[in-house]
Amino acid sequence: MVVITGVNKHFGDLHVLKDIDLTIGKGEVVVVLGPSGSGKSTLCRTINRLEPFETGSITIDGKELPNEGKPLAQLRADVGMVFQSFNLFAHKTILDNITLGPMKVRKLSKADADKQAKDLLERVGVTAQANKYPAQLSGGQQQRVAIARALAMKPKVMLFDEPTSALDPEMVNEVLEVMTELAQSGMTMVVITHEMGFARRAANRVVFMADGQIVEVATPDEFFTAPKSHRAQDFLGKILPH
Amino acid sequence: MGDLFSQYNVLGAFGITIVLTVLSAIGALVIGTFVAIMRVSPVAFLNKLGALYVNLVRNTPLTLIIVFCNIGFIVNLGMSVSNDFARNNLVWSVIGLATYHAAFVCEALRSGVNTVPTGQAEAARAIGLTFGQSLREVLLPQAFRGAITPLGNTLIALTKNTTVATAIGVAEIAGLMKTMQEDRADLMIPIFLIVAFGFVLLTLPVGLLTTKLSTKLAVKR
Ligand SMILES: Nc1ncnc2c1ncn2[C@@H]1O[C@H](COP(=O)(O)OP(=O)(O)O)[C@@H](O)[C@H]1O
Ligand SMILES: [Mg+2]
Repeated sequence: MVVITGVNKHFGDLHVLKDIDLTIGKGEVVVVLGPSGSGKSTLCRTINRLEPFETGSITIDGKELPNEGKPLAQLRADVGMVFQSFNLFAHKTILDNITLGPMKVRKLSKADADKQAKDLLERVGVTAQANKYPAQLSGGQQQRVAIARALAMKPKVMLFDEPTSALDPEMVNEVLEVMTELAQSGMTMVVITHEMGFARRAANRVVFMADGQIVEVATPDEFFTAPKSHRAQDFLGKILPH
Repeated sequence: MGDLFSQYNVLGAFGITIVLTVLSAIGALVIGTFVAIMRVSPVAFLNKLGALYVNLVRNTPLTLIIVFCNIGFIVNLGMSVSNDFARNNLVWSVIGLATYHAAFVCEALRSGVNTVPTGQAEAARAIGLTFGQSLREVLLPQAFRGAITPLGNTLIALTKNTTVATAIGVAEIAGLMKTMQEDRADLMIPIFLIVAFGFVLLTLPVGLLTTKLSTKLAVKR
């Protein structure tokens, strides 16, 4: 579904992505782990070309994303993205946040888009807030709306960049539950998260990154119980409860 | 003093001031929005062009721009828009005023765009909106709301700056004031006060309205 081959990227002198190769199958859920600054977000953002890269290729469903302009916008719609800071459109109601993409990009009628949005809001459990503005919702609710907004485009793959790290602890689970349900429904997902519970429950594979490289790829069980690389052992030693 | 109003067309001159203000404001808003879009666009060339416009126009005295519109375009290049002399000057004044204040509108809008977190622009791109759609649907609506106060200030400045059109003989209120004061030196101070009061009457509501609107339409974050 997503095939990343030989991707390199620099920020000035900094080599953030070094020869990244990764293939993600249809319906697969991949959790990306690694220390801060290792390039996880950058990798995620290159997949839908929010960041350009210098060499290598990334294809989605066999199609390479074009570099600029309208064709890129069209293909980007096939890749849903959920950000750490939700990024809901502050001047639009929850319902309008979700219907904007379907109406403008997929050319759905207002009635169809509204109906779809209401179904999605029900799925993520925020039906009652449809006519409120983002600032009136809790962080957990906003993130669930952000997931619904991405799903409204009927994406082929969903990217999550630390979707729960900006949330108060008591709201983390409500978002993870929605994501777990999504994983079980067969969605192809790339998830950057340090939530071990989610990784064990939902992930098919764990990808461990350090210094712009993929250091280790394993099943969650293998990775958390017996990491092979020193970097991964070191990293897990720091984040796992003792 | 009452004979001032019967002897001179004070209201008519204020009328011209209002016409100048309204037409120039519309022009400045259109040009300024356009230049602001250039300045936030991802195309480096348009960026530079927009910045050049703002820096060039904003740092040139308005009188120079207005006089240039008159001498440069009408006298030298013969670019008359109308056979009517007065009308010609009025139109070129509007063009000069709009051009000048567009630079300030652009900067006001750019400050408004900067109130929108970059994440929202990214989210807009991520759901597949084109640059134009992101601008229309996400950036500009919030930018205008965030820019209401500086836009109001620009409109107030524009209202007062219409007096510069006198320089090329537009019959607005500052020109009439000069004539009246030459004729009636005994009423120097009252004439000043009448004109000053007229401007306060024009600009005060703008200030009040923008303060009210900016709180009412503020985007909650
Ligand atoms: N826009 C940018 N400009 C310059 N450097 C950046 C930019 N974004 C990220 N970086 C740098 O690239 C490296 C990788 O960042 P990132 O992909 O965000 O890592 P992670 O998500 O794993 O914490 C970091 O050193 C970061 O400082
Ligand atoms: Mg990151």
